[in-house]
This record gives sequence, structure tokens and C-alpha cells, in this order.
Amino acid sequence: MLLKLPLIIVAVFGLFMLVQFFVEAPFLDHTYQEILDWVQIIYLFTLWVGAINLIKLHLKKSTHKKEAPYSVVTLSGIVIMLFFGLIQGKEVGSVFDWIFKNVQVSLQASMFSLLAFFVASAAYRGFRARSTEALVLLSVAAIVMLGRVPIGDLISGLIPDFANWILNFPSMAARRGILIGIGLGTVATALRVLLGIERTYLGR
Amino acid sequence: MQMIMPDSILLLTFNANRLNVLVALLICGALVAYFIWKGRRGGLYLRPISGLSAIDEAVGRATEMGKPVLYTTGLGKMERVATIASMNILGNVARKVASYGTPLIIPCYDPVVMAVAQEVVKESFAREGKPEAYRSDNIYYVTQSQFGYAAAVDGVMVREKPAANLFLGTFEAESLILAETGNSIGAIQIAGTDSTIQLSFFIVACDYTLIGEELFAASGYLSGDPKVTGSIKAQDWLKVLITVLIGIGVILSTANLNFWQNLFGPK
Repeated sequence: MLLKLPLIIVAVFGLFMLVQFFVEAPFLDHTYQEILDWVQIIYLFTLWVGAINLIKLHLKKSTHKKEAPYSVVTLSGIVIMLFFGLIQGKEVGSVFDWIFKNVQVSLQASMFSLLAFFVASAAYRGFRARSTEALVLLSVAAIVMLGRVPIGDLISGLIPDFANWILNFPSMAARRGILIGIGLGTVATALRVLLGIERTYLGR
Repeated sequence: MQMIMPDSILLLTFNANRLNVLVALLICGALVAYFIWKGRRGGLYLRPISGLSAIDEAVGRATEMGKPVLYTTGLGKMERVATIASMNILGNVARKVASYGTPLIIPCYDPVVMAVAQEVVKESFAREGKPEAYRSDNIYYVTQSQFGYAAAVDGVMVREKPAANLFLGTFEAESLILAETGNSIGAIQIAGTDSTIQLSFFIVACDYTLIGEELFAASGYLSGDPKVTGSIKAQDWLKVLITVLIGIGVILSTANLNFWQNLFGPK
């Protein structure tokens, strides 16, 4: 029964969503909205699970010499944000808002900025002309890159047109081929889950 | 809670605009059911997927080097099919890891994914007869900030130096940050995602990449379950069917006959 209950829940709610997609009825719409609200409510409670796990883990790690500094920073961050959030709220101008804008956002922006360097190093490795295929990739990439900057148009008006043609036809055809595969894979996996064939996500 | 019961409560109307979707779904379902039935009788062949064959190699390498395996499902929540597919692969990876006695680290973006991953790994360790080797501390929640998560996983890579990184699930702009950091520490990397944009980054930075439906086929390939294998075979035949339909559409559209195109387009 312990195994069957989650499978029944998945099948019932999955089939409901399927029926609701094809059939229009006020009570179906109402139930659909009700389910979405409950998903949000349940999700909020799961955040507690995450937060408690995070705090427990870092309390344990803070006693290890090697990992202690990272855990102390993490725990301090949680305590400070919680303290100011509860005392002042998170309105514009509050300490919570100031820390968020000047620490959290700046750190996130720094991580995102690293992407530029990673793109350069990945492009260097990816575009090395070690084979015919790599040479084709390098040439096409060079044309597309030139077509996207003003200098490409200055060299020849044909370069931007050719770059657009590459993006809109061969590249798009390949992407759509992959997308069709992903779509079919998604449908097949969803059917397996609905029918109870796929149970690995339950740990079985 | 007040329940509103309008007079039209029993009024059911089929949404005719979605008839084409229903027909496609029925065809899809019928083919999947047929091949599952056929799969039960055995004899279905799946072509080898190099990315999945490499999982053994990656875990073996980590064991020889005495280093951990890092597994991430990315930014996807549990309701995403790519995350479910990733959990299916995780079950098999965890069994291999358990049999070799290699540590498995899973930093999670979502608390629900964390709970499911803990359960999947725990069950896999139990199945391998090593429940005592399971470490719940190695599967933990990190943050729901996209780049905060990338920073945390990068930090784990740099500190723990895993010998194998598995990026299987939903990834966005952080994909290259993760894959390039993994590359810099010399880890063998296997990736798979349902995002076509991120696939190109993974192909460049990882040793093996599961492209498109390969991520969803992994479960059947790794488990060898004939029912799952049958549904994957159905996917292949559906692709053949779609290719034929596209071919007919190309010919008819070239002849300026658009009724075929209109049949499949949005209503």
C-alpha cells in the first residue's frame, strides 16, 4: 500500500490535468485553480525543509576546521537577514533591502559576469580546427559572429544576410529536430509516470 | 470555505481547438502501449548511448582516484520531466556508486528535489546491500538563487575536486559556469539537458553530452526494463511518423497546397 498510494495520487492528478486541458467546464477550472493554490501552499512549506537542512548541515560543518569559514559566513547571512527582515521588514530603504541590493545582487552579477570569460575559454577549445567538422564549425561561427557586429556589414553587406540565413535555416532545422525529440521524450516519460511504469523517482 | 455551485456545473464542453493535440496524444499513447506490450515479450534493441556507457567509466575513475562523484539536477523543480528523467538516472548512478564505495555529492537547488534525491539514493544503497554507507549529509539544499547555486557548486568542485561531474536535468545560463569549472579541475564530465541553448555549451565543455531525447531514454537504457525500453522504441517510431508528415507537408506547401499545414497549425 505504501508504494501504491503515491502511484494512485500521481495517476489521479495527472489524469485530471489531462482531462482539464481538453474539456471546458466551470467546476474543472475551479478545481484546477484550487490545485494550483495548494501546490503553492505546499511549496512554501517545503522551503522550510530546505532551510532546516541548510542550517543543520552548516552547524555541523562549522565545527570542521577546513569548512568552518564558509559555514560561518552562510549561517551569519541567514541570521543577519532574518534579524533585519523581522525587525524592519523588507521595504525599500530598510537594512534588509540595502544588504540585498548591495551584497546579494552584486555577488550574483559577479557570477554572471564570469560567464564572459568562460565563454571565451570554451570557444577557444570548441573552435580549434582539429578535424573537418571542427573547421566547418569554426568557419560558420566566424561568419555568424561577424554578421552580428557592425564590422561584418562594413566588410560586406552579404555577411549579415548569410549569418541570418545560417541561424534561420540550418541552425533552426537542427534545433527543431532536437526539440521534436525532446517533446516526444517528454510525452513518453509523462505517460510512463502516469501509468506507474516509471517508479525510480519514488526510489523504487 | 464556501463552495460555489453554479447551475452550469455539469456543463462539459470539449475544446475543439485542441483536437489536433488530442489526436496526436492518442496516436502517441497507442504506440507507447503497443511497444510496451511488445517490450514485455523481449527482443527490443536500443542503440548504445555513449554518454550513458561512460557513467561506468566515470564512477570507476572516481573510485580509482579516491575522489567523489558530483551529481546535479540543475535548476529544475520536481514537476519538470527533465528532473524526473534525471532522478531515474540518479537511481542507477547511486547503485554503481554504492557498489564501488565512492562518495556521491548532490547539491540541490530545490528542497523537494533534495528530498526525492535523498530517497532515491537511500533506496539504491539499500538495494546494493550497503544501507550503512548512505550519507544524507552529502545530498543537501543550497539556495534558490541561480548564480548563488552556481557559486556553491563551483565551490564544492574546487574544494572537493570530484573525479566525475554529472550535470543531468534543467540548466540555464549557469551551465557553462559549472561545466568550465569542472573542466578546469580535470573531472570527467557527462551532461544532459532539455534546453537546446545550453546543449551547445555542454557539448563544448563536457566529455559526453546526452542530446535531446537521450536524457529521457536513459532510464530504459540503464535499467533494461522491457516496459521502459518499449516506450523508448515507440518514441523512435513517432519520430519516423513525424518525419513522414513533415515530408508530405514540404511537398504540398511547395505545390502551394496549404490545407496540410493548416491541419497541424494552431486553431
